[in-house]
Amino acid sequence: MALGTDSAAKRRGGRGKDSPPAAGHNQDILTKAYREMLLIRRFEEKAGQLYGMGLIGGFCHLYIGQEAVVVGMQMTLEEGDQVITSYRDHGHMLATGMEARGVMAELTGRIGGYSKGKGGSMHMFSREKGFYGGHGIVGAQVALGAGLGFANWYRQNGQVSLTYFGDGAANQGQVYESFNLAALLKLPVVFIIENNKYGMGTSVDRASASRDLSKNGEPWGIPGEQVNGMDVLAVKEAGERAVAHCREGKGPYLLEMQTYRYRGHSMSDPAKYRSREEVQKMREQNDCIEMVRKILLEGGKTEADLKVVDDEVKAIVQDAAEFAQTSPEPDESELWTDVLVETR
Amino acid sequence: MGATILMPALSPTMTEGKLSRWLKKEGDEVKSGDVLAEIETDKATMEVEAVDEGRITKILVAEGTEGVLVNAAIAELDGGDGSAAPAGDTGTPAAEQGSKAAAPQQPESNATQHGGDVGSMAKQAEDYGQVAARGAERREGVAAEPKASTAAPEKDWGPTKPITVREALRDAMALEMRADGDVFLMGEEVAQYQGAYKISQGLLDEFGARRVLDMPITEHGFTGMAVGAALTGLKPIVEFMTFNFSMQAIDHIINSAAKTLYMSGGQLGCPIVFRGPNGAAARVAAQHSQDFTSWYAHVPGLKVIAPWSAADAKGLLRAAIRDPNPVIFLENEILYGQTFECPVDEDFVLPIGKAKVEREGTDVTIVSYSIMVGMAMQAAEELAQAGISAEVINLRTIRPLDIDTVLASVRKTNRLVTLEEGWAFANVGGEVAMQVIENAFDYLDAPPVRVAGADVPMPYAANLEKLALPTVAQVVEAVRKVTYK
Repeated sequence: MALGTDSAAKRRGGRGKDSPPAAGHNQDILTKAYREMLLIRRFEEKAGQLYGMGLIGGFCHLYIGQEAVVVGMQMTLEEGDQVITSYRDHGHMLATGMEARGVMAELTGRIGGYSKGKGGSMHMFSREKGFYGGHGIVGAQVALGAGLGFANWYRQNGQVSLTYFGDGAANQGQVYESFNLAALLKLPVVFIIENNKYGMGTSVDRASASRDLSKNGEPWGIPGEQVNGMDVLAVKEAGERAVAHCREGKGPYLLEMQTYRYRGHSMSDPAKYRSREEVQKMREQNDCIEMVRKILLEGGKTEADLKVVDDEVKAIVQDAAEFAQTSPEPDESELWTDVLVETR
Repeated sequence: MGATILMPALSPTMTEGKLSRWLKKEGDEVKSGDVLAEIETDKATMEVEAVDEGRITKILVAEGTEGVLVNAAIAELDGGDGSAAPAGDTGTPAAEQGSKAAAPQQPESNATQHGGDVGSMAKQAEDYGQVAARGAERREGVAAEPKASTAAPEKDWGPTKPITVREALRDAMALEMRADGDVFLMGEEVAQYQGAYKISQGLLDEFGARRVLDMPITEHGFTGMAVGAALTGLKPIVEFMTFNFSMQAIDHIINSAAKTLYMSGGQLGCPIVFRGPNGAAARVAAQHSQDFTSWYAHVPGLKVIAPWSAADAKGLLRAAIRDPNPVIFLENEILYGQTFECPVDEDFVLPIGKAKVEREGTDVTIVSYSIMVGMAMQAAEELAQAGISAEVINLRTIRPLDIDTVLASVRKTNRLVTLEEGWAFANVGGEVAMQVIENAFDYLDAPPVRVAGADVPMPYAANLEKLALPTVAQVVEAVRKVTYK
């Protein structure tokens, strides 16, 4: 597999392998990114463990490997901007600042969860944090995300909608209907394709006749970039260009994040469609967290400094896991609530 | 303190599996994410990755062991800071099932798992308190089970004047758009063309291109976009040129609009109206003639309205636009040009969920909605001449269904006929009849009868189309059947 050619990355302003991120880059940003990415990873590992213990049921799609995408993009946002994504959504929730406790308790189906246990892994929302789900129908969130951008356009509030979808959704018809609408009305929407190379078990090469997904918006005049989605700084830089473009009223922007998921599509996916070597190679050579960790250490942080972060993250996740197991199940009366908003 | 590695469940249905291979041995250091072992489930061979870090001190289940129960201890770790995985019920030790597996570790006590001391338990209790309080706040202003209104009799709105259904719909939208800047109209040909059926005539001029938006012919995309906008609190009116085209967008209507309030635990409502002509027009054949009422009425989280008169159209469309829920508003093309008396009061609005007795009678109850209410009225007139007194109920709202009004009528007449254009199978009449049977069986003097469209795709030929739709004669015959006259 190739994570975009170096020349392609350079042409579009990204960094190739020859020019690693400067060690002097803002250590505060990287420290923050390190912490956020690690929180997602540890959270997801814990979720996988709780699933294994039967505490989480149904579908559970882990984000492990892709953390740099959502963490880098979130750094480009302002208060009031919106985020929407598919069902591989736990990382997005944590990145928008939703509490680990509420997310984990939703995974275990408890009243302390963001949806009071009624949504589960794929359906969580926080209007306060600008997170609009959490959608289980592949591609549906793309039209909905255009609608978030539409609302910004209608209100003329200068906010931007980040609309994430996977390579698996990239050939859905409504994606192109949404591209057309967003371009037609110049909606402030950053469309972000998280290309993790596989839509469930089908590799993108077998599913998409379009080879460079960043060009999929070209017929509508939507500028696109391929980005090394394993490099949080590259993500952030591209994200800043995209968000600025939207805020200036120039219409939508498309980012293809070249990333990789280490785990199966969902918990019951043995991932036999790719080799263990392929996964190991990504983990060892391209891991987004290790990349930042290395820069931080080269830039003057000590192992002890990072251990403090590691421990802090571990404690949050442990606390979330305990909360998610001790928070009660929803009261039986909850079966009947929230079907309709009462009008009288 | 060490950690115990448990046999994981690797699918929603797995209860046991074969530990086919260890990839680590005793004494090995493991990092989070390392593959520890391979496990064969009934479906596939899966890899088990480490979550906790440390050194494997003991392997408790040898490789090749079959029938290892989920949550049985399979190895022990030391080191790290020992976030021992809280063991659930480990179940019957595999060994007792004649397996070679080692007996699982004693599960730790609850107190140990959850932090152990009274202080931390108290803190958790406090947390639930906060969560519960938040839940209660959210619940406020949120309905329990959707129920038809049993409010007082309909208000007398005073003087009326004759207007067409078309004018009623346009006036309703204009009034609500004047009152609320968050309301806007979008759809195919709604702006510059003034509406494919001229329902939105004049709205572009009054409200401008930001609030009256022509859409490309992409129902799936623009419906999703409208639902997304509604999730932020805007109040879109989406016009479908006909509801037949809403099939392109039904995923967003049901999965994105109707279910999100529930899936979000009451956080995210979707105040949106989907409106347009539904059912048969004239000679437009199978793909443009379907009645979708029972499709949408099936879905919790939606309200479904099917007006007949101009007053229904105006009063209920205003109510639909103000409603904080997704509302399906099913119009009828043939009714657009028909004229009815409608209150002139600026504030005129009708309650959702309230049926109307259009004609009082004593011998039979005819329940209908939309254009078929007109046919029911014709049939009642004919029946009156034959000495049969029919009561006609215009449902107006299909969900929530005002069954109380129907029951009160049936308790009086003891006979029920339902009438609609749609196919009989699983239709609205079937639901009405069943609810009557459930709630007023003893009052019925005859089995209810449904009059419905023929169970075929709508034909084009004029004579066949006529045969496919209900007729006054069929209604009269149905009434004679239930009244034994």
